Amino acid sequence: MQIIESGNVAAALGVKLSRAQVVAAYPITPQTPLTEKLSEFIEAEDMEAQYIPVESEHSALAVCIAASSAGARSFTATSANGLLYMHEQIHWAAGARLPIVMCVVNRGVGAPWTVWNDHQDSMSQRDTGWIQMYANDHQQIIDSVIKAFCLAEEVMVPVMVCYDGYLLSHTYMPFDVPETAVVDRFLPPYKPPYALDPHTPANLNTVTLPDVRSDIHGNQAHGYMEIRHFLQEDMRSSTQALARVETRFKEIFGRGGNPFIESYRCDDAEFIAVGIGSLSYHLRDVADSLRDEGIRAGVLSVNLYRPFPAAIIAKTLRGCRGVAVFEKALSYGYQGPLCADIKSALYQGIDGSGRRPFVLNYILGLGGREITTRDLHDAFRQSCTEVQDNVDELRWIGLKL
Amino acid sequence: MKSDLIEIRWHGRGGQGAITAAKIVAKATFSTGFPGVVMVPTFGTERRGAPVFTSLKLSKKRIYDLSPTQYPDIIIVLDHLLLEESAITAGLKPDGLIIVNTPRHVDAYRHNGARIAVADVTDLAMKAGLPQGVVNSGIIGSFARATELTDMDTLLKAIEEEFRGRRPRENARSAMLAYENTVIGGS
Repeated sequence: MQIIESGNVAAALGVKLSRAQVVAAYPITPQTPLTEKLSEFIEAEDMEAQYIPVESEHSALAVCIAASSAGARSFTATSANGLLYMHEQIHWAAGARLPIVMCVVNRGVGAPWTVWNDHQDSMSQRDTGWIQMYANDHQQIIDSVIKAFCLAEEVMVPVMVCYDGYLLSHTYMPFDVPETAVVDRFLPPYKPPYALDPHTPANLNTVTLPDVRSDIHGNQAHGYMEIRHFLQEDMRSSTQALARVETRFKEIFGRGGNPFIESYRCDDAEFIAVGIGSLSYHLRDVADSLRDEGIRAGVLSVNLYRPFPAAIIAKTLRGCRGVAVFEKALSYGYQGPLCADIKSALYQGIDGSGRRPFVLNYILGLGGREITTRDLHDAFRQSCTEVQDNVDELRWIGLKL
Repeated sequence: MKSDLIEIRWHGRGGQGAITAAKIVAKATFSTGFPGVVMVPTFGTERRGAPVFTSLKLSKKRIYDLSPTQYPDIIIVLDHLLLEESAITAGLKPDGLIIVNTPRHVDAYRHNGARIAVADVTDLAMKAGLPQGVVNSGIIGSFARATELTDMDTLLKAIEEEFRGRRPRENARSAMLAYENTVIGGS
């Protein structure tokens, strides 16, 4: 059924349809309406789950870790400093290989305080071993939540579903809410390979030594490094799992396609803008108007950020003259994290072909600084029309010094 | 930047329900010929009573630009005193329309050739049985009368649906009274 609702409600409906069994969360702007909606569903018995109120985000994820270890489908959500307060548990959830799903409603990070949107919060969690998906609109929010549970439980890696605070979380737009029975067909109940059981107590994730050692049965057990190696291997191969999830989703729901990237008018593009989240859709309007001016422009959205779909990105950008990466996050002292990753993908993907495009990095929208179509247009146009010196220099949009 | 787009900016005060009103209109217009609908509230640090606004964009096609409306076709004002307080008509297109909840006569307003539509929604809402100051349902009637972008039946249903359990009939009646009493002038 098509409805018009906010992005937070889209996420909450996705969690409800996925039949999450445990929800633990602490309210923080702009995530709050999402967890409020879930607590309403649970209170009204529209959703069969336990809502566990906690005193902090660290505890929220700790509860999810415990619930997931006991075999329950678990969900939490947060933003900005709340996410950072979870940080230790975020690493833990990935290392413990628990299929938790978390929505990150993207917000700038303090200090100084901001409640508005950028991507610094989730980008700073890039290296924790979680799969990171970014939604560009409400349909992708609800669909990604449902797919995220499916993927997480297949590869036993937790998944963050990230979407723009306010721009998506508080914006209303139409989207389709699938029928419960259809979602049930897509996402069967979670059957954990191992679940804590009071009748057969066990220690989980105990101390490992630098080297491998024998377990109590005398068999060689993996050490820390092997366990971490498997996390990397499984993260890399989770792209194949995601492709399978997407194919099945498309068969059942009739929508979807490429879960890694979305390319818009890239086929013959001379210049390609790259972005994440709602910004990447905004850039489509800009590409259209540049096309009207005779500039062959396209847009690449990065929907899956970890594992990074480097090969498909390199393939899409191969052959274009210039790439402009528009980012709402910064690796302070260097450049935008996405830009560095794009360059890395190009280094491998186009090495020796002699057709490596120049890559420009624009920083914009930090702490919710307004992003106007005109500013995007001017920046993208300049990227296409002016000779580019100092390509490594960061270019700020909307900065008022 | 896109000519097939109708942009409506709603101005009210924190607590007046401009976002709810825009949401109702979004739902009604979506179901009557605008598959591309987005309603983007702009949030500051405002509290109750402070000026707030939200952008409603309508299109036959999908909308990708979620930035706040800079050049509206229509401006809707839930409290006429806002016109004196801040530059809420900034960016209005030359052939634009301003819809105002005001006790004053339509001739009291003039704005660069824009059409002006007025109704005393505050008073009409009380006549409809709503408590003083509830104007967000009523102003929708003025919107329907002045824009003809969607029909009143659809809007009334959307209002009753939104206000289920919170005086749905009175809210719908308030919109109907405003529809009947909106006066259009200007230009």
